[in-house]
Amino acid sequence: MATNADDGDSELQFRDPEKADQLTEELQSLMDDIGEPVNVMHVCGSHEQAIAKFGLRSILPDDLTVRMGPGCPVCVTNMPEVDEAVALAEEGKIVATYGDMFRVPGTEKSLADAKDEGADVRVVYSASEAAEIAEDEPDREVIFFATGFETTAAPTAAVLTADPPENFSVLSAHKYVPPAMEIVAEMPDTDVDGFLAAGHAAVITGYGLFEEFVSEYDTPAVVGGFEPIDILFALARLLEFIRDEEAGLANAYQRCVTEEGNVPAKEAMWEVFDTTSGEWRGIAEIPDANLVISDDYAHFDARERFDIDVDAGAADPLTEDCICGDIMAGKADPDECELFGEECTPQDPVGACMVSSEGTCKIWLEYGGQPDL
Amino acid sequence: MSDSDDVTTDSDEESSGYTDNDVITHAHGAGGGQMTELIEAMAVSRFADSEADVGLAALDDGSVQPIDDDHSVVVTTDSHVVTPLFFSGGDIGRLAISGTVNDLAMMGATEPLALTSSLIIEAGTPQSTVERVTESMQETCEEAGATVTTGDTKVMGSDEIDTLAINTTGVAVVPRGNHVPDAGLSVGDTIIVSGTVGDHGISLLSEREGFDFGGDLASDVQPVNDLVRAAMDAGEVTAMKDPTRGGLATVLNEMAGKADVGIDLDERAIPVSGPVSSAGEVLGIEPFDVACEGVVAMGVASEDAQAVLAALQDTSKGEDAAIVGEVVADHTGQVVLDTGFGRRYLTPPEGEQLPRIC
Repeated sequence: MATNADDGDSELQFRDPEKADQLTEELQSLMDDIGEPVNVMHVCGSHEQAIAKFGLRSILPDDLTVRMGPGCPVCVTNMPEVDEAVALAEEGKIVATYGDMFRVPGTEKSLADAKDEGADVRVVYSASEAAEIAEDEPDREVIFFATGFETTAAPTAAVLTADPPENFSVLSAHKYVPPAMEIVAEMPDTDVDGFLAAGHAAVITGYGLFEEFVSEYDTPAVVGGFEPIDILFALARLLEFIRDEEAGLANAYQRCVTEEGNVPAKEAMWEVFDTTSGEWRGIAEIPDANLVISDDYAHFDARERFDIDVDAGAADPLTEDCICGDIMAGKADPDECELFGEECTPQDPVGACMVSSEGTCKIWLEYGGQPDL
Repeated sequence: MSDSDDVTTDSDEESSGYTDNDVITHAHGAGGGQMTELIEAMAVSRFADSEADVGLAALDDGSVQPIDDDHSVVVTTDSHVVTPLFFSGGDIGRLAISGTVNDLAMMGATEPLALTSSLIIEAGTPQSTVERVTESMQETCEEAGATVTTGDTKVMGSDEIDTLAINTTGVAVVPRGNHVPDAGLSVGDTIIVSGTVGDHGISLLSEREGFDFGGDLASDVQPVNDLVRAAMDAGEVTAMKDPTRGGLATVLNEMAGKADVGIDLDERAIPVSGPVSSAGEVLGIEPFDVACEGVVAMGVASEDAQAVLAALQDTSKGEDAAIVGEVVADHTGQVVLDTGFGRRYLTPPEGEQLPRIC
């Protein structure tokens, strides 16, 4: 008989409800030792997805709050960046992008809207798939609207360093995680006792990267994976630091993450990208957190190649009521937003958190939020 | 839609409030809340059906209309489009026959009296394509004990329609009062699923996205009237739906909502094949959120649950049948999933499912 139990061994190992029970008890006993409420912030949509999908909040100790910070690269993509992609698509060029980005509203339009009106927008799974489109359509300009943190920035870099077709270029909306964690840690009204750091970004950057952060902000951080046991285990390590009042750093995702990270991927990434300051939607202007294409690769930079004429029109007036920024800063939960599930739905999103499958609002709606179960 | 004024003054004095910007989108056909709103506004409000045992307003799989003191006629209709026309595990022809046979079966009508078939074909479509499709329709009819008794063919210009669309309508007669509405759940009923879920949706999405998961994925499209007959002969089936558009999550929420009850599900008991589960994780799509085309979700009186389960498992199509949950008085209108770790709501997906990346 075919059931969920047919899944591979490795998955079973990290989806073992008995181990989860033990870890939950450990979390409770750590919370008893700490004796006061604890706020943990994770900075990764995949963590939110897993926490919601497996119903983990319903088994966490009552005083332990796990909130999502600015962890969705799609959500923090600024509207003018979407407007640039829409403008290029409306000029008749092929714009390829990840499915997550497809419905993200720009000032007036999303790429999905542009496609409905006849523009050639393609949903791809990887930068290399976008480069293949350029190879197949040598007479057309193909622009890859690239988004994501280090996890997808490194593959974009790999494509650009591998001599892609001349009609291929990249419109980069890539982001870099560490500066965003710093911004959140610096916000005066943010109350974060510890960070659950994103395991997959750390695969590239290595966990050593967080050492400076931990000592500078005197806040512990633990790198965690994405299976239920990974998350509960990482939370337990974090609570140990909090109990011991130690600004420690631990790697709770040892099967994937090393101290150094993926060195060739890092090298390719820093060969192709420079950091620059930029607005993260709803959060703030963040120094050195946007990845733009370096001078050496400027001929593949869509912003250099084309004179992008953004005529974005007027923003949806509802965006004034949108509290995506507060949600991404960990200051509010989705159900505190008046628009949540009413005017703002995945089909007709107002804010970006409702668009991406990694967006907190979409995840809350999809999995029934943080239920009283 | 040329002029919003035309639209608002067309039907009645009351302004419907539509503007030129209100157009039909894919979401209106995706089986979610927007589709229900459209049907309520455009159809349910216009066609009264006081004579029916199950009428349009019930938004069930078909209607049930009494024809004399002892019998009712069950009618259902469905239009089918699918890309690609031929896919792993089936094709549009098999889908068109199974879809309508199954909608009849979901009303408790397992012996189709007659089917109609209407083909709308794009000019330029190879005749061999149409031949393959109609051959498949014939085979599926034989499997279901059904036959097509009347039909229609239309040809449209190239680019006016995408290759082929098929509408099928089904008619059956049942003893009066023997139909099964989808609103019939009561507290204490057992929820049974007749086979693995998500196969059709995950298989087609993988094929469309160009993923090759090693050939283990195939649509489950098949007529299930024999399965339903086996279940109904073995015990009291209180409500039924086939989890097509919107998948298991959608139909269970619908059944809970219509009966004003809650449903508790055990995720580990829900049959999902290994390849579907893995492909779903890669695509970022939940098997519970996508279409099945050969599976039934049913409520069964708890004292009959084991007998119905055994009867289903005894059939070739029901080997993977499983008891997956129960109907409860709490959280009415909602489905709560025990994941084995914690509990969460299982909510119906909104709109078209886009593969997830990051």
